[in-house]
Amino acid sequence: MIRFALKSLLGRKFRTALTALAIVLGVAMMSGTYVLTDTIDKAFSAIFDQSYAGTDVVVSGKGADISFQGTSTEDPPVDAGLLEQVRALPSVEAATGGVFDAVNTKIVGDDGKAISNEGAPSLGFGIDTSQELARFNPLNLLEGRWPAGSEEVVLDAGIVDKEGFAVGDTVHISTLQPQQPFELVGVAKYGNVKSLGTATFVIFDVETAQRLLDREGQFDAISVAGRDGTTPEQLVAEIQPLLPSDAQVTTGAAEAQEDKDEISELTNFIRYFLLAFAGIALFVGSFVIFNTLSITVAQRTREFATLRTLGASRRQVLGSVLVEALVIGLLASLVGLFAGLGLAKGLEALFRALELDLPLADTVFATRTIVVSLLVGSTITVVAGLFPAVRATKVPPIAAVREGAQLPRGRFARLTPYVALAVIAVALAALSYSMFVDELGTAERLISIAAGVLLLFVGVAMISSRVVSPIAKVVHPAGKWAVVLVTVLAYPVTLAFWLLRYGAFSTDRPAARRLGALAGGLAPFLVVAALLSASLPTALALALGLLLPAVVLVLWARAALSGFQPEWPVEFPGVRPERTATAIGRENSRRNPGRTSATAAALMIGVALVAFVATLANGMKASNRGAIEDQVIADYVVTSQDGFTPFVAAAGDSVAQAESAELVANVRAEIAEIDGSGGYLTGLEPDRIAQAYRFDWKNGSDAVLGTLGSDGAIVDAGFAADHEITVGDLVMVRTGYDETASFEVKGIFEAPPFYPLLGSAAISQPAFDELYDRPRNQFTFVNVQGEPREATTAEIEIAASDYPDAKLQTREEWITSQDEDFNQFLTMLYVLLALSVIISLFGMVNTLVLSVFERTRELGMLRAVGMTRRQTRRMIRHESVITALIGAALGLPLGIFLAALVTTALRQFDVRFEIPIAQLVFLAVLAVLVGILAAVAPARRAARLNPLEALHYE
Amino acid sequence: MEAMNGAVVVARDVTRRYGEGDTAVDALRGVSVDVQAGQLTAVMGPSGSGKSTLMHILAGLDTPTSGSVTIAGTEITTLGDTDLTKLRREHIGFVFQFFNLLPMLNAGENVTLPLSIAGEKPDPDWYDDLIASVGLGDRLSHRPSELSGGQQQRVAIARALVSRPTVVFADEPTGNLDSKTGGEILELLRHSVRDLGQTVVMVTHEARAAAIADRVLFLADGLIVRETHGATAHEIVEEMEAIGAE
Repeated sequence: MIRFALKSLLGRKFRTALTALAIVLGVAMMSGTYVLTDTIDKAFSAIFDQSYAGTDVVVSGKGADISFQGTSTEDPPVDAGLLEQVRALPSVEAATGGVFDAVNTKIVGDDGKAISNEGAPSLGFGIDTSQELARFNPLNLLEGRWPAGSEEVVLDAGIVDKEGFAVGDTVHISTLQPQQPFELVGVAKYGNVKSLGTATFVIFDVETAQRLLDREGQFDAISVAGRDGTTPEQLVAEIQPLLPSDAQVTTGAAEAQEDKDEISELTNFIRYFLLAFAGIALFVGSFVIFNTLSITVAQRTREFATLRTLGASRRQVLGSVLVEALVIGLLASLVGLFAGLGLAKGLEALFRALELDLPLADTVFATRTIVVSLLVGSTITVVAGLFPAVRATKVPPIAAVREGAQLPRGRFARLTPYVALAVIAVALAALSYSMFVDELGTAERLISIAAGVLLLFVGVAMISSRVVSPIAKVVHPAGKWAVVLVTVLAYPVTLAFWLLRYGAFSTDRPAARRLGALAGGLAPFLVVAALLSASLPTALALALGLLLPAVVLVLWARAALSGFQPEWPVEFPGVRPERTATAIGRENSRRNPGRTSATAAALMIGVALVAFVATLANGMKASNRGAIEDQVIADYVVTSQDGFTPFVAAAGDSVAQAESAELVANVRAEIAEIDGSGGYLTGLEPDRIAQAYRFDWKNGSDAVLGTLGSDGAIVDAGFAADHEITVGDLVMVRTGYDETASFEVKGIFEAPPFYPLLGSAAISQPAFDELYDRPRNQFTFVNVQGEPREATTAEIEIAASDYPDAKLQTREEWITSQDEDFNQFLTMLYVLLALSVIISLFGMVNTLVLSVFERTRELGMLRAVGMTRRQTRRMIRHESVITALIGAALGLPLGIFLAALVTTALRQFDVRFEIPIAQLVFLAVLAVLVGILAAVAPARRAARLNPLEALHYE
Repeated sequence: MEAMNGAVVVARDVTRRYGEGDTAVDALRGVSVDVQAGQLTAVMGPSGSGKSTLMHILAGLDTPTSGSVTIAGTEITTLGDTDLTKLRREHIGFVFQFFNLLPMLNAGENVTLPLSIAGEKPDPDWYDDLIASVGLGDRLSHRPSELSGGQQQRVAIARALVSRPTVVFADEPTGNLDSKTGGEILELLRHSVRDLGQTVVMVTHEARAAAIADRVLFLADGLIVRETHGATAHEIVEEMEAIGAE
C-alpha cells in the first residue's frame, strides 16, 4: 500500500507540488529564523570571545547592576593608579587599562547629524594599541594605523563603508565634549565578525578617550594576563586584596559569559518573535493541507471503494493516505529547509531596510535547524492529513459501483457545529485567562494566548461552513463591483496586452492594422517603464514595465518556430460584469459550503491577523499621541537622534544659549533602583519644568516643585500605588554605581500609563547631578516666543550644533516621527504576515484547480450550451472572489475582536481602541485582489476545456 | 469450501427495504438463491427489478434488511468489517461496469493489486497463464489511460481472477463496451468458468450476455420469477418479454 501511496503522488506531481508549497513557506520561515538568529548569536559570541581572548582576568568597578526593561546600568570606573599596582604583581605577565563607553560616542554623518545606532551600542574605546599589549586588542587593523595623539581616530569597517569614509578623511565625533574634527587614520574590524549591524565603534588613544569621556585618571577596565602556568583563578586571588571596595576582579571567561548571556536574551527574543510568524505560516499551511487532502480524498472515493472491494482493510486505506501526507510533508520540509537559507538573507535585508540590522558572521546551519524543520513540517502535514485520512476509511465498498458516489458524512458530522461552539468557548476561556488573570508568568501567558488564538481560528473555521451561504449572497454584489473597479483600473494594461497579442497573432488581418496594434499596445508599457525608472534602477524598471510585451514576444517566437498555437482570438477586453456568469459563480461557492469555508478559512487567518495588528497599532498610536499631548506643553522637544536613548546633558546647556529660546527645561534620566525596584529616575529643573510639562497632580500641586530642594522627590501615582508610598514617606534610591540616597516624597502625580515621560520618581536636577557623574538628558524642552517658525528652529539648531546627537523637533513633529516609527514596525509585521497570506493564496489556487478538474463534465455542458470562454473565466473568477471575500468577512471582525480583547487586557496601559476604517477597507480590496489572482490559472484551464471531451470525461 | 449441494454462495429469504413507513421501497422481497460452484450464473431483469441490489448483497457490499447470505460456508450478513475484508481477499472477486482500475498503476500492477494488498505474490506460472489467457502480454506496463475500454476490462477480469477467489461477481461487465469488445469479454468470462473452474455471478440486462450463462435467474419486482438453464439469447429475450407482460 505504500507503493500505492507513492504512485498516487507521482501520478499527480503538479497537484502534489502545489499542495506541498503550503508547508514549504512555513518551514522556510522557521529554518530561516534559526539560521539568522544562530548567525547573529555566533557573531556576538565571536565579538565577546575576541574581546576577552588574550585576557585572563578583568579588573573593573563594582556597580549595583540594576536593569529595567532590558537596559542595564553601567559599572563605575577604577582608579588609573591600580594599573601599576597590578603590573607589579609577580604572577602578572602584562596588564593594560582602557576606556570603554557604549553610549556617549557619536559619529557625525554627511548631513551634520549624528549617525543613529537605533539603540545599538555606539562604542567609544580608548585602548593602548602598542605592540606588546596586542594580546588585549580584540580588533584587527584592516587599513592604516592605530591612533596616536588627540586628533586621530580609527573607525569600524562597517561605518566606513556605509558612510563612504576613507583613511585620511576628517570625521567629526562628539562625546561628552562637543563635536571635534579627527583624522581617520585607520579602519578596523572586530576579529572575523562580518558586520556589527547598527553598532559602531570609534578608537581613540587612551588619554584622548579619558579626556573626551570624562575618565581622566580612571579606567573602565584593566585587562590582565598572567604568566605561563598561572590560572585565572590564581590571578583573581592575588589581585583581590589590592582592590578598594568599589572594584572587583573576575576572570575573562566569566566576563565573556556574562556578556553572552545578556545578549542571548535579545537574540532569543528575536528568535521567538520570528518563530511566532513561522508558526502562523505553518498554521495556515495546515489548513491548506487539510483542505486539499479533503478534496482529493473526496475525488478519489471510487478509488478507495475499489480498494476496499479488493480486500484492503480500513487501516490500509488510512495508512496509504497518511503515507501520502508524510511524503508531502517530508519533501516540503526538505525544500523549505533549504529555502530557509535564502529566506534568512531576505530577513537580513528586511531588517537592514528598516535600519535594525544586527551583527553577522558566517552562516550557521545547525543540526538542530535541520531536525526541527523536518520534524515540524512533516508532523504538521501528517496531523493535518489525519482527518481526510479517516474520512477515506469511511468510504464503503459499495461506492465502487455507484456513479458519482458521495463521500458519506461521518457519524459525528451532525455534531460539528456543537463541537465548533465548544472549541470557540474553550478558546475564549484560554484568552480570557491569559489576559485578565494577573499572577501569570510571561511564558504561561504567551502559551495560553497562542493556544486561545489557534483554537479560536479552528473553531470559527469549523462553524464558518454554516454562514458561507448567507455571506456569499451578501458579498456577491460587493465582489462584482470590486472586480469591476479593479478591472477598470487595470484596463490600460489589459487593453495594451490584447493589442499586442492582436498584432502578434492575428495572421488574417492586414499588416498595417497589426503594426498599429503593436505600436498602440507597446506604448503604455513603455510609459509604465518610464514612470517606474523614476524610483527604481533603470534595468529593473524596464524589466517590470516590459514584462508582458516580453511574454507576447516569447509566445510569438514559439509560434513562429514550433507551430505552437497561441490562444487566439481572444475577445476584446470588457469591463461590465457578466450577470449570468457571476450568478453561477456565486451559486458554485454556496454549493459545497464545507469546501468553500475551508478555503476561505486560510485567508481568514491572514486577514484577521493583519486587521488585529492594524487596529491595535491604531489604538496605540492614538494613545501615544494622547499621552504626549497631555503631558507636553513645550513648543520644542530635544531628543537623541534615535529618539529614545538619553543624550549628553551639555547639549541642553547649548540649546539654552539660543536667543529665541525663552525657556529651556532639561529632563535628566537614568536607570536606578527606587524603593527596591528598577525604574527611571528623572532630574527636573523645579523652577521651570511646569512650563514645559503639564503635571496632573494626585497629591500636591505645581507649588510642590519649589519644595524639592536637594532631598525631595515626586513619585508617579502608579509606582506609589505599587509600593504603597504616600506623601511624607522616604524612598531610597540606589544608582548603578551603588551609591545611595534617601528622598522625601513631596508630591504624587499621574502620568498617562502608555508613555509616562517622567519615569517612576523625579528629583531636582542638582540632586540628580550629585548622584551621577556623567548625567544625560532624556529630553530638553524649549519654549519660544509665539509659534515655532522655521527661523526659530534654525537658530536653535545652530546653538546645539556642537552636539550632533541632539535632535530638535517641534512638539507636533515629534509626535509625527513617533507615528512613523510605529509605521515602520508595522510594515515589518505586515511583511512577515504577508507570508501567511501568500500561503492562503496557494490554497485558493489549489482548491480552484481541483474543483475545476472535478467539474469537468459540468463545465463541458455549460460550454456546450453556449457559455463563452470569457464567461467561463468570469464565473471561476467570481467564485474565487466570493471565497476571498468570505475569508475577509470572517477575518475582519475576528481581527477587530482580538484587538478589542488585547486592548482591554492592556487597560492598565491606557491603550485606546480606534478602528482604522480606511486601512480595513483597503484590506478587503486586497482580499479581492487575492481572489482575482488565485483564479487566473484555474479560470484559463476551465475556459480551455474542449466541450466534447469534457462531456465524455469520466 | 462447498456446501453439501455444491453451492458456494447461498442466500435465504433475502429482503432489502429502503426508507421507512409510507415512502419505503422494497427492492428485494424474499430471494433465495444457491449459486453452484464452477458455473456462470446470470441475474437478469428490467430496471427496478432488484438485480443490482441482489448482487450487492450477495457480494457483501450491502446488508439485507432480513435474511442470510453465506459465502463458502461463512455467514456474511453478521460479519464485522475486518472479517469481511479478509473474506474479500480470499473468496470474492469483482468486475465492474466502469472497470474501476486505479489510474496511477499500470496494467500489471492493477492485476496483482488484490495480492499485494494481502501481502502476497502471485505464483509466476499462474500469473503468466492468466495474462496470456486474457491477452494482455504486451500491455502490462501501460496505464489505464493508455488502454482501450476492452483492454481495461480484460485487466479488470485478470485482477478479479488472480487470487482465484471462490466467486467472481460481475456487474454489467459489458455495459460500457461496444458489441464486438463486449463479446470478447463475455468469451473471457466463459473461458474462466469452463477452463479455470471459476464460479461467476453476473448481473446484466443484455440477453446476449446472459446467453453465455449456465443458469439465468430472472428477477422482477424484487422476486425471482423464472429460471432457465442453457438458454439461447433468443429464448432469453422471450422470457424477458413474458415477464414484462405479467
